[in-house]
Amino acid sequence: MKVLVPVKRVLDYNVKPRVKADGTGIDLANVKMSMNPFDEIAVEEAIRLKEKGVVTEIVVVSIGEPKAQDTLRTALAMGADRAILVTSDTKVEPLGVAKLLKAIADEEQPSLVILGKQAIDDDNNQTGQMLAALTGWGQGTFASKIEVEGDFVTVTREVDGGAETEKLKLPAIVTTDLRLNEPRYASLPNIMKAKSKPLATKTAADFGVDVSPRLTTLKVEEPAKRSAGVKVADVDELVGKLKALGVAK
Amino acid sequence: MSVLVWVEHDGTAVKDATLPTVTAAAKLGDVVLLVAGEGVSAAADAAAKIAGVAKVLVADEAALAHALPENVAPLVATLMADHDAFLVPATTNGKNIAPRVAALLDVMQISDILSVESADTFTRPIYAGNAIATVQSKDAKKVISVRGTAFEKAAAEGGSAPVEPVSGATDAGVSTYVGSEIATSERPELTSAKIIVSGGRALQNGENFHALIEPLADKLGAGVGASRAAVDAGYVPNDYQVGQTGKIVAPEVYIAVGISGAIQHLAGMKDSKTIIAINKDEDAPIFQVADIGLVGDLFKIVPELTSKL
Ligand SMILES: Cc1cc2nc3c(=O)[nH]c(=O)nc-3n(C[C@H](O)[C@H](O)[C@H](O)COP(=O)(O)OP(=O)(O)OC[C@H]3O[C@@H](n4cnc5c(N)ncnc54)[C@H](O)[C@@H]3O)c2cc1C
Ligand SMILES: Nc1ncnc2c1ncn2[C@@H]1O[C@H](COP(=O)(O)O)[C@@H](O)[C@H]1O
Repeated sequence: MKVLVPVKRVLDYNVKPRVKADGTGIDLANVKMSMNPFDEIAVEEAIRLKEKGVVTEIVVVSIGEPKAQDTLRTALAMGADRAILVTSDTKVEPLGVAKLLKAIADEEQPSLVILGKQAIDDDNNQTGQMLAALTGWGQGTFASKIEVEGDFVTVTREVDGGAETEKLKLPAIVTTDLRLNEPRYASLPNIMKAKSKPLATKTAADFGVDVSPRLTTLKVEEPAKRSAGVKVADVDELVGKLKALGVAK
Repeated sequence: MSVLVWVEHDGTAVKDATLPTVTAAAKLGDVVLLVAGEGVSAAADAAAKIAGVAKVLVADEAALAHALPENVAPLVATLMADHDAFLVPATTNGKNIAPRVAALLDVMQISDILSVESADTFTRPIYAGNAIATVQSKDAKKVISVRGTAFEKAAAEGGSAPVEPVSGATDAGVSTYVGSEIATSERPELTSAKIIVSGGRALQNGENFHALIEPLADKLGAGVGASRAAVDAGYVPNDYQVGQTGKIVAPEVYIAVGISGAIQHLAGMKDSKTIIAINKDEDAPIFQVADIGLVGDLFKIVPELTSKL
């Protein structure tokens, strides 16, 4: 079976985001960009399913600037087979991404689409659920374990009170949580090999899908800053502070 | 404007997370609650008592059990013919359902709002709360998830809204609920606790976590949280995780024990009223946001603190 894995290029999670002085967004000039961490987990899971013999082909997709190519090459170096880059001049929102992914799913006919649960730039946590709505497929979000058996996938999900398990008919959508796996690093030989793996480039217009944004960002600001407080010398002083706060008697 | 709110419940009681969502909804218009599930009449009665609610819709059907989004979302999308906005609490259930509704309605969801600026303009955190965006929606219908810590809770008692049944939900036939492992605890739930004690990687193992963090929490009547590192290492279950990709909390007092203060962790707790940090590294980033800091070895400090409280 075929697996589709959408991967997004985002500000590296180790970099502290800086708000642009003109309040239009985050400064992304000359900063390290990486694959969204949840998407690395998604790619890793697809590779593990391939290693188990469940999956035969892994297609990775990224929507964004031409530079998203780098992210796709990283996924190919990890072990994906083929990549599709969809370029767009404007920022594509989750609804638009989901519509493009639906069009690609119609062409590729995957049995499983594994996405990240959330992109750590806009923190939307929407795309997988939206794609599930557009395809009519079942959705196993926030997965910490997945098992494919026959025509079904069983997904253990991280939910507020603990864990929940659902069984979905294939084809299905899964979104990854942090505990699903630990992604591998691409080895140097695999990075070299990835350079010759197929990467198709398309534009959003090729799919005849309207991806014009529905939301307008009026401004982006820094949150109210917290300032460092006081250091206490010992436990007795801390107990005194807790008493003053009214949380200890 | 009529606002439909999805009620988070356990069949009998309405979960606290619903209440701030009702407050956000009331800023937009008349609040109509949807209690969906199987055998939910007690939850519907509880929902009808929430102050400021115009009406409660009850959808009681087997297909709606366990809040499976494949079955809930089409029902909501149908009901939305009569409403202008659909709001959910930004819980795991809310996040699971709302985007599916949004796509069925062909609208963009606005995730995790912090404030309602006007009928179509909202603020929301991006980049782990390192920036706040003000966004305006051009969609005719709004689909919104609400950050619980950003709005006051509506009063759970005092209302007497009429309850009306709705039917029409069907099983989409693509998903089934298998089971769950939901931990029951005597301690306050993280998202509503007034005091939280959280432990990090420094605890070294689950035994230490239980032996040190829990007695301190019990002395204070506090909820217990953790960093991702502590969860990944298996000291505590996943639902303890506080942060950008875990739970968002804002208690009166948050005590971080052996947690460095990575931006992903701060994203989940930096709106706490008072932050207290215990860490052996005086340069740990957690001290940049802590109101009260104590530098030292937690293995000495925590037992002493617990015994002196
Ligand atoms: C996509 C993504 C999402 C993430 N989401 C989250 C999230 O939601 N929540 C979250 O918490 N993290 C999240 N993280 C992880 C985050 O980046 C940090 O790795 C994590 O918060 C670190 O946990 P920690 O502070 O317990 O561990 P560490 O960073 O290892 O810190 C341990 C601290 O304990 C101190 N210490 C050690 N021994 C002692 C002692 N004996 N006494 C006192 N102090 C001691 C050390 O000085 C250090 O400061 C995420 C990361 C990624 C990439
Ligand atoms: N531009 C994009 N290109 C490829 N995949 C994306 C894109 N945006 C979102 N995704 C996928 O959808 C997931 C959730 O993103 P979001 O809904 O934006 O939080 C991500 O982890 C990716 O798997």
